[in-house]
Amino acid sequence: MTSQVSSQAEQADGALTREPQAPGTGADGGKNGGTHGGTDGGKNGGKEVRRLDRVIIRFAGDSGDGMQLTGDRFTSETATFGNDLSTLPNFPAEIRAPAGTLPGVSSFQLHFADHDILTPGDAPNVLVAMNPAALKANLADVPRGAEIIVNTDEFTKRPMAKVGYDVSPLEDGSLEAYNVHPVPLTTLTIEALKEFGLSRKEAERSKNMFALGLLSWMYHRPTEGTEAFLRQKFAKKPDIAEANVAAFRAGWNFGETTEDFAVSYEVAPATQAFPTGTYRNISGNLALSYGLIAAGQQADLPLYLGSYPITPASDILHELSKHKNFGVRTFQAEDEIAGIGAALGAAFGGALAVTTTSGPGVALKSETIGLAVSLELPLVIVDIQRGGPSTGLPTKTEQADLLQAMYGRNGEAPVPIVAPKTPADCFDAALDAARIALTYRTPVFLLSDGYLANGSEPWRIPEVDELPDLRVQFASGANHTLADGTEVFWPYKRDEQTLARPWAVPGTPGLEHRIGGIEKQDGTGNISYDPANHNFMVRTRQAKIDGIEVPDLEVDDPTVEAAVHDGQGAAAAQGADTLVLGWGSTYGPITAAVRRVRRDGGRVAQAHLRHLNPFPRNLGAVLARYDKVVVPEMNLGQLATLLRAKYLVDARSYTQVSGMPFKAEQLAEVFKEAIND
Amino acid sequence: MTETIAEGTSSIEALSLVPKAEAKQSMKDFKSDQEVRWCPGCGDYAVLAAVQGFMPELGLAKENIVFVSGIGCSSRFPYYMNTYGMHSIHGRAPAIASGLASSRRDLSVWVVTGDGDALSIGGNHLIHALRRNVNLKILLFNNRIYGLTKGQYSPTSEVGKITKSTPMGSLDAPFNPVSLAIGAEASFVARTVDSDRKHLTGVLRAAAAHPGTALVEIYQNCNIFNDGAFEVLKDKQQAEEAVIRLEHGQPIRFGALAEDGLGSKGVVRDPATGDLKVVDVATVGADAVLVHDAHQASPTTAFALSRLADPDTLHHTPIGVLRNVDRPVYDTLMGEQLDTAIEQKGKGDLASLLAGNDTWTVVG
Repeated sequence: MTSQVSSQAEQADGALTREPQAPGTGADGGKNGGTHGGTDGGKNGGKEVRRLDRVIIRFAGDSGDGMQLTGDRFTSETATFGNDLSTLPNFPAEIRAPAGTLPGVSSFQLHFADHDILTPGDAPNVLVAMNPAALKANLADVPRGAEIIVNTDEFTKRPMAKVGYDVSPLEDGSLEAYNVHPVPLTTLTIEALKEFGLSRKEAERSKNMFALGLLSWMYHRPTEGTEAFLRQKFAKKPDIAEANVAAFRAGWNFGETTEDFAVSYEVAPATQAFPTGTYRNISGNLALSYGLIAAGQQADLPLYLGSYPITPASDILHELSKHKNFGVRTFQAEDEIAGIGAALGAAFGGALAVTTTSGPGVALKSETIGLAVSLELPLVIVDIQRGGPSTGLPTKTEQADLLQAMYGRNGEAPVPIVAPKTPADCFDAALDAARIALTYRTPVFLLSDGYLANGSEPWRIPEVDELPDLRVQFASGANHTLADGTEVFWPYKRDEQTLARPWAVPGTPGLEHRIGGIEKQDGTGNISYDPANHNFMVRTRQAKIDGIEVPDLEVDDPTVEAAVHDGQGAAAAQGADTLVLGWGSTYGPITAAVRRVRRDGGRVAQAHLRHLNPFPRNLGAVLARYDKVVVPEMNLGQLATLLRAKYLVDARSYTQVSGMPFKAEQLAEVFKEAIND
Repeated sequence: MTETIAEGTSSIEALSLVPKAEAKQSMKDFKSDQEVRWCPGCGDYAVLAAVQGFMPELGLAKENIVFVSGIGCSSRFPYYMNTYGMHSIHGRAPAIASGLASSRRDLSVWVVTGDGDALSIGGNHLIHALRRNVNLKILLFNNRIYGLTKGQYSPTSEVGKITKSTPMGSLDAPFNPVSLAIGAEASFVARTVDSDRKHLTGVLRAAAAHPGTALVEIYQNCNIFNDGAFEVLKDKQQAEEAVIRLEHGQPIRFGALAEDGLGSKGVVRDPATGDLKVVDVATVGADAVLVHDAHQASPTTAFALSRLADPDTLHHTPIGVLRNVDRPVYDTLMGEQLDTAIEQKGKGDLASLLAGNDTWTVVG
């Protein structure tokens, strides 16, 4: 058994990697060749224990094999253990794609480390392949030298034929470059569950827990959480619960006993990587849901969600519907249009209103978003972007709704856009979107994506009293005096600072008023077709959005910081001449790539946009400071288009629309090319 | 009408959560300062006057009344009511009103819509609002034409109608809004006519008292693009044969008066088919005539009644409350689920929600 090797690609995030690279092995740009762990001579069940700083595991199997659950459990164990982690679930849109086929393969990749990491990793150190399809679909991503655990029971004629293996890859020598562990997972699971009196089929279903047990042994994961989870999940079927626990333990014991697994690995908790605090693991959609609930609490307003099920946004509807004891109302509408319609109605009534969807749903909601712009009511529109156009790739990620969010309405209908950058950041981004919506009485786009939605990472749980105060004042009385001295209420008389109009909710005596989508007279809100008034109102609505307060863009450029530290001052510093500017979920891979470039001596500055509309005030000045601006996006260059239009900057677009996030290795090469250009 | 409520009271279950007006109201209180801009002679004026005249009867605080509309001539209605109001977008008023009503049970929410708005572009929202039984009162102004876009046929226009968009006659069969509503599980369905203020007010009264969604179809004359569409129901002589006035608990009779002082025609059930048909009362005897029961749980008879009308001639058009049954109200149930959740789990605590069950601590 050789030690786990990783290509340079997995060193992506290794800012804190302790082990130096093995010299002379990186020349081919492919392999590092060095272990990044040391043998400490420890023993696990009498076997050798090695220490690693980071590992990437990919569980892959059939859609029905429970790979997502297996991945989730390993993630929970890892989070509890205190590693930093990042995950990438990847599954087909079909609920049960034809068994054993390539399109039916579902996988879950998990990267965990003893230090701060940013991505789910480029390529796995360990692939668990539950069947031939899983092996075939994932092998290209697995670097030579990595470990592959295969379920040999599935490598029979039919399953192999389904994916075009004439000869077993386990026997034809095609896997020689890998460390293959052939394990009859199905047989072992059935054997382990003999005493439970389950049918063969029932017993087989626990093979994912056997695999989880084996991997848990290999990486010294705590097991109590998984056992408790299984007992709770199958509380109504105690037999099944115990069978799964037994399979899980059998997997663990198999690792400890069998000679094929001679080594196990330790990845120490990432104590250095995290500030003091209490942590949990959290996915983007869960963090976003909690952010919305927190926003309702902080605004002291009832939260109202109008939504229609759509992948990958439905989890937010599911989550919010569980928290009715927070006064959260969830309305599953008849369609996307009714989802936002109901939310807008609730906003008129004084709720913190939200609608959740993905790209196709945004297209349907566009007219109502325009109405919300005209009515100037607060509304958070959550778009969990997925591959498009049309139905596109429902379970894959993309950032191609930026221009739809920015411009996808009739007329001049500006809408602020907020984008989270990591799964945990979805919490803060949701609060920020709510802040803007409530303060400026406007619909706001919250642009997450499938990668953030389903990916997870550790999150420092905030103290409730650290959260922003989002309370608003409803209008309560007259706000205008007519020439004759009469005190009246004008629904479109604006706050001078924010240009927000008053929020006068039904039930407030004396403020009865009518609003609508027809152009309104400034101040009174009465219908007006006056040309000058329309011109004024269009510009005023735009000015309100342009005037939204967003923090300045921070640029990370260690060369400047170093110069400042040396007393030379920022101006004197010879900073980087290349800026990498991203937005949304590309933060992880971009940051990992930037670290890699810097580690290799490259000078590169990095900035990441949370606010896409309005842009931070200093963005133009920041862009002007750099000779080269590289903009990586998972679309065909939508942010780059906006930057070019607004700032006349020669932004270099680097794009990928594969439904998968960027890899750090790939981006690092792009950044190096730009630097050297 | 027997579906009436005592005037000036609002001890109606449907409105029990809506605050009452402190002082006595008059029609004037419900008129906004906006100039009404419908075409002179439009049926909408009559409906507006009837609604403004009826509102004081409910005695509700007018700040707790909201009118929500879509797009179309009738959808300008909210601008003329001195209540809260929203003139929204085409077809979406039931969806918007559902959000408002389900989040604010202290409001009396009314939807004003037309045949194109409710049945064409907004058909989906209408049927789902009815199915859910949200506490909304939907006034569907049916003029069987698109007025605001200047005269195209609508989903209630008769087949073969010559309009700007159908110079050789329209091809599609019309909806019967009452049949549609009954098919969509509506708990309250009524029909009335713009020019019959007394009948219209009676129907509004019954609708206001109904907990849940009430659909009121109002035949409304568009004197510009479809003038006289309902003349047969309005002309005294023709109406005698055309209109069937439904009253709960009363035999369904109409037409020239018989010796017993009731209509000489009646609606009976055909024993052969189970369907309803119109007969001369004299030939079957008064006892054979069907007695109208708006509260019948089964929608079958109400649906059969709605089918008596000939879509072309409008002969045998039933007006009044066709169906009025109790069914759980969506917003009430939604509120109850919130209460139950608090009873079971206690009021939500943000700190413990955020913390969850699986945490670890990093010490500096």
